[in-house]
Amino acid sequence: MAKIHVTTTINGAPTEFLCDPSQTLLDVLREQLGLTGSKEGCGSGDCGACSVTVDGRLVCSCLVLAPEAEGAKVETIEGMAKGDKLHPLQKKFIEMAALQCGICTPGFLVASRALLERNNNPTETEIRYWLAGNLCRCTGYDKIIHAVMEVAAEMRGSAK
Amino acid sequence: MTDIQFKVAKTVREAASLMAAAKGKGRILAGGTDLLVQMKAGMVTPGTIIDVKKIPEMVGITETKGSYRIGAATPAAVIGEHKKLRKAWPGVVEAINLIGSTQVQGRASAGGNLCNASPAADSVPALVAAGAIVTIQGPKTRRQVPVEKFNAGPGKTTLKAGEIVVSLTLPARPKTSGDAYLRLIPRTEMDIAVVGVGVSLTMKGDTCVSARVGLGAVAPTVLLVEAAAKALTGSKLDAKALDDAANACSAACRPIDDKRGTIRYRTKIAGVLLRLATAIAADRAKGISRPAHSQQGH
Repeated sequence: MAKIHVTTTINGAPTEFLCDPSQTLLDVLREQLGLTGSKEGCGSGDCGACSVTVDGRLVCSCLVLAPEAEGAKVETIEGMAKGDKLHPLQKKFIEMAALQCGICTPGFLVASRALLERNNNPTETEIRYWLAGNLCRCTGYDKIIHAVMEVAAEMRGSAK
Repeated sequence: MTDIQFKVAKTVREAASLMAAAKGKGRILAGGTDLLVQMKAGMVTPGTIIDVKKIPEMVGITETKGSYRIGAATPAAVIGEHKKLRKAWPGVVEAINLIGSTQVQGRASAGGNLCNASPAADSVPALVAAGAIVTIQGPKTRRQVPVEKFNAGPGKTTLKAGEIVVSLTLPARPKTSGDAYLRLIPRTEMDIAVVGVGVSLTMKGDTCVSARVGLGAVAPTVLLVEAAAKALTGSKLDAKALDDAANACSAACRPIDDKRGTIRYRTKIAGVLLRLATAIAADRAKGISRPAHSQQGH
């Protein structure tokens, strides 16, 4: 089967890869590019563990075909920390123990960042609805929601 | 795995030609939130996947004299962010924004929701109530069809070989109009409608001068319930008119029994939701802002 050559940008870095026409973006990220931070939970868009942004839009990378990344800007969990400097959401998740096994955590972080980039003053209800497509089966949602609320409050504080 | 082709169409006609050339094995890729799941489940093995998101006509919203044309592949999130459309057709927009999670909203489209042909598709009852027109491109010609005539049954559309859905057009209507979509689900989010009702009204003072009602998840396809619209039209939306319209909705139901709801329950709820959705649509027609569902994060 003829491979498709894709030129894209991942976490700011120009990237090229070859893929099959029906391969998912998640597959390529994990299996070919070594970016294993995005997790495969369900593979059907239900769990959000593979959340990434494509051209700024939050999506499940398991429901994106790899050839669709052509010319796009993809952001994954790997681009969230800047070197050793964690993103405020990552720091807060650790401080507030908003994770347990960690499988869902990259997806929650990527999704939470996409929310806070749009709205730095979300209500608890808004956060819960925004993150409804991210499933966690061990920590429970309260700690995650509260961590996101704390980071939002800090962002508003430093924006003053 | 068989040889799958991936094509990016640049024009609507090119997409239709690719569909025709694929001889029934072509699949349109808009948001892919149904297609990729079906491929993974082995329900669908496309010969050619045709990405239509690079076709300008299929991924935007344009307004002409109060009428809105929504490109069939426009992501639901983009539709939800369109302030003028949200103000003009709040029921249609909230129905589209109920489909799946934030992640799914980033990809899923109204055209895809329609073409997936689920009887429980959330956007379709609202589009039926709105009187939406579907624009369809074939290899040679373009045609239009009212949205309620588009689907043929569960998973079945009336598209002919080589035809694709290009856009959905919402007609212009008087300012004193309002619409609403309500669905019943056992949870508060991320679920499939047990029943869904779309209502669109135009008011003149306290009198309803025109109405359309779309009813989902209670028959093989989403229904236009003309008897319910007739009961509302000309009335002041008084108790008798609402009783008659609710009964008309229940009478139109031909549901199935399944794990999400029984025939009896669905039939009853169709009437309940008609009353609630009518009240919201009427308030909106009078300029009273009414959220129908919990506030989402955008």
